[in-house]
Amino acid sequence: MWWSDNAKIATKLLALAASMLVFAIFVMPPLYDAFCEITGLNGKTGGKYEAVPAAVDRDRLVTVQFVASNNENMPWGFKPSVVTVKVHPGEAMDTVFLASNPTDRDMVAQAIPSLVPFKAAEYFHKTECFCFNQQALKAGESAELPLRFIVDPDLPPSVNTITLSYTLFDITERVSSNLDNKNTDSEREG
Amino acid sequence: MAHGPQPGFKRWLYTTNHKDIGSMYLWFSFAMFLLGGCMALVIRAELFEPGLQIVQPEFFNQMTTMHGLIMVFGAVMPAFVGLANWMIPMMIGAPDMALPRMNNWSFWILPFAFAMLASTLFMEGGAPNFGWTFYAPLSTEYAPPSVTFFIFSIHIMGASSIMGSINIIATILNMRAPGMTLMKMPLFVWTWLITAYLLIAVMPVLAGVVTMMLMDIHFGTSFFSAAGGGDPVLFQHVFWFFGHPEVYIMILPAFGIVSAIIPTFARKPLFGYSSMVYATASIAFLSFIVWAHHMFTVGMPIAGELFFMYATMLIAVPTGVKVFNWVTTMFRGSMTFETPMLFAVAFVILFTIGGFSGLMLAIAPADFQYHDTYFVVAHFHYVLVPGAIFSITAGVYYWLPKWTGNMYNETMGKVHFWLAFIGLNVTFFPMHFVGLAGMPRRIPDYALQFADFNQIASVGAFLFGAAQLVFLFNVIRTVQGGNKATDEVWENPEGLEWTVPSPAPYHTFSTPPAVR
Repeated sequence: MWWSDNAKIATKLLALAASMLVFAIFVMPPLYDAFCEITGLNGKTGGKYEAVPAAVDRDRLVTVQFVASNNENMPWGFKPSVVTVKVHPGEAMDTVFLASNPTDRDMVAQAIPSLVPFKAAEYFHKTECFCFNQQALKAGESAELPLRFIVDPDLPPSVNTITLSYTLFDITERVSSNLDNKNTDSEREG
Repeated sequence: MAHGPQPGFKRWLYTTNHKDIGSMYLWFSFAMFLLGGCMALVIRAELFEPGLQIVQPEFFNQMTTMHGLIMVFGAVMPAFVGLANWMIPMMIGAPDMALPRMNNWSFWILPFAFAMLASTLFMEGGAPNFGWTFYAPLSTEYAPPSVTFFIFSIHIMGASSIMGSINIIATILNMRAPGMTLMKMPLFVWTWLITAYLLIAVMPVLAGVVTMMLMDIHFGTSFFSAAGGGDPVLFQHVFWFFGHPEVYIMILPAFGIVSAIIPTFARKPLFGYSSMVYATASIAFLSFIVWAHHMFTVGMPIAGELFFMYATMLIAVPTGVKVFNWVTTMFRGSMTFETPMLFAVAFVILFTIGGFSGLMLAIAPADFQYHDTYFVVAHFHYVLVPGAIFSITAGVYYWLPKWTGNMYNETMGKVHFWLAFIGLNVTFFPMHFVGLAGMPRRIPDYALQFADFNQIASVGAFLFGAAQLVFLFNVIRTVQGGNKATDEVWENPEGLEWTVPSPAPYHTFSTPPAVR
């Protein structure tokens, strides 16, 4: 009698433990991402934005500052072409960041954006951004990386300055190992 | 029907007896306590003077990491599981644990886990060096190659804890003697029941977070890598979702032990039994919604800071209820101060000090100054050393005569207590001051103005370490012989464990006892 009761409760508790493992790996990360997207927490900006015609608010000027930095061990030159622009909300604005690969090897980089204040994150739309794609530069090559954005007219009135920062990561190894995997996959299929 | 243990080493390898397994857990945890303690002494020896004298910074980081991991997972948790194995069946009138074979397994995988963890010290690139909290990306992109062994050892420890908890819950829910209702259970049983649920809820989260690290390191995912679209801050959320309940896992059984000892030596029943049960349950519930108070400085919105600040402060209420009940139990009691009682009273006083510094840390705006300083080190050592270690020590002295049939040497016990009490305070109290003055955690070298307090702390640490050798000696002597203990051992102690002979026979309560 004891054994069957014990087996029952042990099975239930084991199932609880297994569901907590699933929760940690498969629920918490997406939940965190969704939470960050809704709140703008961590300054994660959204993906590509389809511009909708909106009235440009000519009475208001918002300062947008650009910051560029390299992650540790990233040897590229990376800086904004202009540090500060003033835009009217609703107006599309173009700018470029300058990147150069001073090394003697081909490299791939990924820029990760972050924006403060957090509450402005959902009002900052990028219709075109180099951060949507990986950026490959051959040895010694340099490039202008384009960014086109619109500040939403609904931006809270308390926000006058938005700081957009990009951190550049070296993902050469990550990309090449993925390519290797793909190659072996296709070989297998072939 | 009744049969004794197998002879020789096989007894320990094949045993399914809760008393044997409890003893093995306790000896294992004491060995880990000495190992982790030696690492702490390496740390304190290096910090005796500013500048680098004894070890290099790389090795120093390995010492802080391994000290934390071994003390948390190797010393404190197995010691509580050992006490649970020994005492829970005897406290509820059960013949053994509910799942004895699993019990054997959950102990025997532990030595392998810790052998694997300790072996990383001898590997190329050294042992894990990223702190016991192993924040990504320190533990992923910048980790030594041995991190994979660390991950697997954590998996094994988690499996052991989960199996142990399942066993404890099944025992408590299914195997109580007739008449032992839930609200008649000793508080040690209650606190372990709640702790076991906490373990089952959060150890899989720990397993999950190290699994995500494993995938980031070896399989090209980027849960915690910003370059791949992940977020290192996610690591901290997942880790502390495990980590905060974990710190209560290390303190709730201590509450149970102290709630058993204080009434015996105050010669009064425990004040407010049911409020103790509800307070324990409230603390367990609150532990799930306060995790981000460990990470006030990561850049949370103000609403988040406030929520976690108030929720954290709320924990002081049920904890205060407990402290009040212990003090009220002692109030106007006819108290005597045998060694278990000395440790239990010191627990109440010093744990309260640690609780108050915890309240200081809970104040989000003030935490920006305290974060990652020695003030935090002082805080959690004040709750863990007098909290977990003192209560385990008190429990061992309290129940050792029942286990061995012999009384320990009371004078040696008191010497142990006073050395440990003085050593602990000399070690950790000055850390409050250097922390407030700005000395950061986890550094092998420090600014000159911190030298005096660090020297005092180092002296205290060696005193505390020496005290544990007195303890070891006393326990070994008691196991070997000494004055015979009576069946009751103490004066009118409460609980079924005192109704069986001393030493407790290999099989107890083969027929369930009558519970009043």
